[in-house]
Amino acid sequence: MLRACQLTKTFGGLSVLQEATIDFHPGEVHALMGENGAGKSTLMKMLAGLYPPDGGTIEWRGQPVRFDSPDDALSQGIAMVHQELMPIPDLNVAENLLLGMEPVNALGWVDRAELHRQARSWLKELNTDLDTHQPMRRLSVAQMQVVEIAKALARQADVILMDEPTAALSDHEVAALFKAITTLRRRGVAVVYTTHKMDEVFRVADRISVLRDGKWVGTKAAIEFSPDSLIAHMVGRELTQIFPPVTTTPGEVILEVRALTRAPAFRQISFTLRRGEVLGLAGLMGAGRTEVVSAIGGLAPATSGEICLRGTPTHVTCPADAIAAGIGMVTEDRKGLGIIPALSVEHNLTLAALPSFSRGPIIDAAAERSATQAATTDFAIKASSPHQAIRELSGGNQQKVLLARALLNRPAILILDEPTRGIDIGAKAEIYALIGRLSAQGTAVLLVSSELPEILSLTHRILVLRQGELAAELDPRQTNQEEILRHAMPR
Amino acid sequence: MTALTPPTLDRNLLHRLGIVAVLFVIAGLLSVLTDSFATASNLTNVARQISINGILAVGVTFVLLTGGVDLSLGSVVALSGVVCALFAHPGDHPLFVPIGMGLLTGVLCGLLNGVLVTRGGIAPFIVTLGMMTVARGLALIISGGKPVADMSPALTNLSGDLGPLPIPLLCFALVAGLSWLFLGRFRLGRHLYAVGGNEQAARAAGVSVPQVKLFAYGLCGLLTGLAGVVLAARITTGQPNAGQAYELDAIAAVVIGGTSLSGGVGSVLGTVLGVLLIGVINNGLDLLSVSSYYQAVIKGVIIVGAVWLDRRQARS
Repeated sequence: MLRACQLTKTFGGLSVLQEATIDFHPGEVHALMGENGAGKSTLMKMLAGLYPPDGGTIEWRGQPVRFDSPDDALSQGIAMVHQELMPIPDLNVAENLLLGMEPVNALGWVDRAELHRQARSWLKELNTDLDTHQPMRRLSVAQMQVVEIAKALARQADVILMDEPTAALSDHEVAALFKAITTLRRRGVAVVYTTHKMDEVFRVADRISVLRDGKWVGTKAAIEFSPDSLIAHMVGRELTQIFPPVTTTPGEVILEVRALTRAPAFRQISFTLRRGEVLGLAGLMGAGRTEVVSAIGGLAPATSGEICLRGTPTHVTCPADAIAAGIGMVTEDRKGLGIIPALSVEHNLTLAALPSFSRGPIIDAAAERSATQAATTDFAIKASSPHQAIRELSGGNQQKVLLARALLNRPAILILDEPTRGIDIGAKAEIYALIGRLSAQGTAVLLVSSELPEILSLTHRILVLRQGELAAELDPRQTNQEEILRHAMPR
Repeated sequence: MTALTPPTLDRNLLHRLGIVAVLFVIAGLLSVLTDSFATASNLTNVARQISINGILAVGVTFVLLTGGVDLSLGSVVALSGVVCALFAHPGDHPLFVPIGMGLLTGVLCGLLNGVLVTRGGIAPFIVTLGMMTVARGLALIISGGKPVADMSPALTNLSGDLGPLPIPLLCFALVAGLSWLFLGRFRLGRHLYAVGGNEQAARAAGVSVPQVKLFAYGLCGLLTGLAGVVLAARITTGQPNAGQAYELDAIAAVVIGGTSLSGGVGSVLGTVLGVLLIGVINNGLDLLSVSSYYQAVIKGVIIVGAVWLDRRQARS
């Protein structure tokens, strides 16, 4: 019914999806599987009219079509339920559900009784019995999702795309969602679905397509896959030579984390980090990796547990505390927590280390300029001038500026959260080489990455987080991607 | 000395040339259309008129840079003026007491705004709207609703001249110059841009966001207090009803000068140019004997037009 034909998408010269060809059939639940960054979301967004494809076509009921907007796709019967839901929080359930298609009476006024009657009947289709008068903000994520699905049904959608619908749901809520999905399948709707949770796929999917690094790997009936063979399909790539060899021997312990907890994000996390050691934190999205390192970096402090620096318990309540204690951090959210878009490269670079370029409260412009020049050379930052606004730089160059920012304070501990996300391969290789150099110089590195080859090749030790808890500690020389994923999969 | 270059000079240069050009065109037109515009006495008069708006505009630039707003300027001007006048009766206190009390009033109002914004987590618009009516009310209460007259000549002389230049203008120039240095060279100045540009990222880089914001509101309050003292000296009374809608002219000048209302972008130089532009337009309309009803309309159109041109330029 719906067919992605050789679909291709590139972002800023980086190819995120290449010539993916997949068929979707009515009354079938089709799971798209792959690691983070494999191109699943991009494929869905093209099918839903959010992104125009850069190559290939979408065929709808045998005809090539072009969707210029999500509205366009919706009017043809293709709806998407997003990872981050977009309800209007102060309108009630019925108003959200029938937004833009409210029943009206002869005077053109909204017929409220009819509105709620229709909303209730759509929800009933999904076996849910929500009070349609309550405002959307009071609903749980799972309930909002059901409303979104009902919304798609009300708009006569024949295809419903769901991007990680279960990421934020409890087991109980997942069961309710799956009941709704089963109903959709019976109604002949084609459901396309992404997830990182292995067990779910086998519970709900009829067919599975695997994407890897933006390429379509294969599509088979779900019963033809086993969890292990599916993981092998998702990962199955050779490690390339862009990683520097791990040669340093870690020294004394400089960071010890004891029973760090901020429920429900993470619980009872304990580990040590040594001088010159690169410690990898692996896990799926939502496993709590970012939350753990954010607690150490002061962005979102833990509620209990201890952080000891060189044996001394240290209070880290805000990023300034962490910086003062010698902890540098490059966050996963480059736009939200990294760059100040309107400020220049130079001012972004020196922001965290201004005291070392100041006499009293006054900035020493000459010192600042020479530090910028040094960093621009060391990190091969490509900018037209130090005064160029950072938002005009490519993602890779922005990331290098942020790395340089964190390193200007010469931190003893450097936290890198997904340092290579969304940047090109050249910049990635430079960041890998930098991690090697830092480790050789004695900096302890805490590396969070969803790219398992990075974790396997760059680190001395690997911790695997699963649903907010420490699931395993592995030696990168004696493990492989399959074993890491097995520990990372929710039980 | 290039080391003094303020952070956004390069990128805003074009924008400023635009305002300077508009300023020259308007001044040229006025010189041709009227006999009186290009005379020393009129230009000193313009300088005197713009000084108070100028001091306020520079002050509110700090707040706008952090992404906030201060609507209480006009009322705090009145309150500071009244407080200043109450301490300025001849023979009561040495000169620094009424001036100090006026400034202190402004600082306290500004700090209270800042505390409510940072600790209370209330939107700046709401906080300063509240301060606007509270400060006006306090000015009326402590003055008994009547102008506080009988100010010592030592203070009212402050609206006179020092050599060839009006003292209020010197105050404005000093405030603008120091603020320019502050934003360009002081760590705290840089932090103002960072907080306004991306608050979360600034925090992650170790900037103490509440402290920076509190400082911005406090400094804005101090300058508002100064404007209140200068105004009281000029009108020789503490007027509880003075300063109505002053915040609007000040914010308009800042925005015309290229400061973004969402924070993080802007400069003192731009604000000074915005103040000059508004001052020259006000003066020109007076000289051309345009009725004050029409003046209001023309001014509004020019403000929106200038910002529209600016945004169009920014997009291209």
